[in-house]
Amino acid sequence: MDKKIEDKLFTLKYKTDSKCHLHPDEAKCLQCLEKTCTIVCPANVYSYNETDKKLTVSYEKCLECGACRIACKYINWEYPQSGKGVIFKKS
Amino acid sequence: MAEENLQNKIDVIVVGAGPAGVSAAITVARGGKSVVLVERAPFAGAKNMYGGVIYTHAAQEIFPNFEEAPIERYIAKHSYVLLSEKDSTQISYKNPEHEKNAFVAIRAKWDKWCVEQAMKEGVYFAPNTLVRELIVRDGKVCGIKTDIEEYYADIVIVADGVNSLLAKQIGLRKNIKPKNAALGVKEVIKLSKETINKRFALEDDKGCAMEIVGKPLEKLFGMGIIYTNKDSIAVGIGVSLEDLKKQKMKPYELLDKLKEHPFVADLIEGGELVEYSAHLIPEGGYNAIPKLYTDGAMITGDAAGLVNNVHFEGTNLAMISGKFAGETALAAFEHNDFSSNMLCLYAKKLENSFVLKDMKTYKDVVHLLSGRCSSFLNYYPDNINKFFNIFTCADGEHKKQKFQKFTKDFFVKRSLSELFKDAIAGIKIVFGILK
Ligand SMILES: Cc1cc2nc3c(=O)[nH]c(=O)nc-3n(C[C@H](O)[C@H](O)[C@H](O)COP(=O)(O)OP(=O)(O)OC[C@H]3O[C@@H](n4cnc5c(N)ncnc54)[C@H](O)[C@@H]3O)c2cc1C
Ligand code: SF4
Ligand code: SF4
Repeated sequence: MDKKIEDKLFTLKYKTDSKCHLHPDEAKCLQCLEKTCTIVCPANVYSYNETDKKLTVSYEKCLECGACRIACKYINWEYPQSGKGVIFKKS
Repeated sequence: MAEENLQNKIDVIVVGAGPAGVSAAITVARGGKSVVLVERAPFAGAKNMYGGVIYTHAAQEIFPNFEEAPIERYIAKHSYVLLSEKDSTQISYKNPEHEKNAFVAIRAKWDKWCVEQAMKEGVYFAPNTLVRELIVRDGKVCGIKTDIEEYYADIVIVADGVNSLLAKQIGLRKNIKPKNAALGVKEVIKLSKETINKRFALEDDKGCAMEIVGKPLEKLFGMGIIYTNKDSIAVGIGVSLEDLKKQKMKPYELLDKLKEHPFVADLIEGGELVEYSAHLIPEGGYNAIPKLYTDGAMITGDAAGLVNNVHFEGTNLAMISGKFAGETALAAFEHNDFSSNMLCLYAKKLENSFVLKDMKTYKDVVHLLSGRCSSFLNYYPDNINKFFNIFTCADGEHKKQKFQKFTKDFFVKRSLSELFKDAIAGIKIVFGILK
């Protein structure tokens, strides 16, 4: 399925921000069992690697919907800087 | 305001150039006050997605020349579709007298057009400008802080959408709870105008709005939509964030499931995916509406949770709430009073209009429906399809036997207590609406 979401995201234009706007609390992520962020995100931004116990945040794919910030209270969530981020043209 | 740089002082600042913000800004400009409309995107609409329907009554109220806007199609046909595993039942409603009640528009074009109209009427538009926080002094909102500068105003109208970090900052609301939010994901699929007209049985530029419930979304509180653009169609779902969490389902996989259902697959066959998008919908309804104003500020549209989820209305509530906030700002200038005492007029205007009246009427519906979603959005639709399967199928078997089995199954597969609970919820919904 992962390829499918990448194909979907490929249709979008982004003005990629120079810095990440999504800041999960790493200490909480280590203890987190649900990993809800990896489920609800419509852009597959979060992925968790079991072996090195690390949450990867591909912020450049973000659609700025806010689902992760509502679903998990441990994400310090901001908008990308002025004018940066995703651009919808046909939605 | 002696200490502030006068160059950075204006009468009203509106944050967010969606339907709520643009309506507020144009109303203020029409009343002769100076107003700046601030938007974080490079152009209005670039961050915005929705199902697709704009309601004429609201569009006309704010933009009397709305017919010049980039409208995709007027909605001449409304269809309601119930899906089972493979089969489907569709009910369509058409009324030649109501063909101009609503239309489909693309936000990147519609929002942009609206802002262009507002600029013509004197609104100063500031794109590429993220508001980081509101400036509050002695408990009164008196300006905004952007990435670069500070700007001051007598009134700030907050129209920053569903996540409204700004309303949260000034304590007017808290974060939405997952049960009070739905996530919408959508694909726009390109097809020729002729193909669309044929598949949806439409003539010329007439359009269709389709709402879908049933199987692919089973176990979740949510529904699907298909709306026709000129030469593309939008296929999307809106599902409870809480249910996505609980059922551990990825939103785009659910959308793919809907697209794979034979009913939908036939409609989109051969089409090319041209854009994918996602956005949250406030689902808390009337009971979750926060305080709508404070000294120096009002919150409008999605930021205030003003959405009628039963009828898929959001843009019209946003536009009218924006207009009321603009009118209230003008009244505040007349009385030279920007305190809560004056701005409570905004809440009164909303209470006396369809915005809060409708939301009040439906205050328990979403809650009751979501509590019984496995029945109302799944079991009953499935049984309607089963009924039609028997009704339409000639296979040489005795019909009476088939209907007897259908009736028996209907009661066996769902316990009497469950059916009773459904009936109670149904009655509560009807009485809640009519009382
Ligand atoms: C999937 C889905 C389907 C829907 N379908 C329909 C439908 O068919 N018909 C309908 O009427 N409604 C529908 N709605 C609801 C409708 O889209 C919203 O109610 C409406 O857009 C709300 O308008 P708004 O102006 O309050 O907020 P928005 O349209 O969200 O606008 C907010 C604006 O503020 C900007 N902004 C946010 N924060 C800042 C900041 N800090 N600084 C500067 N700018 C900022 C954003 O970029 C955005 O442009 C749907 C919603 C969704 C998600
Ligand atoms: S961001 Fe939240 S949901 Fe995701 S791993 Fe960390 S704590 Fe868990
Ligand atoms: S804001 Fe939306 S798209 Fe961005 S990371 Fe969070 S859930 Fe994913």
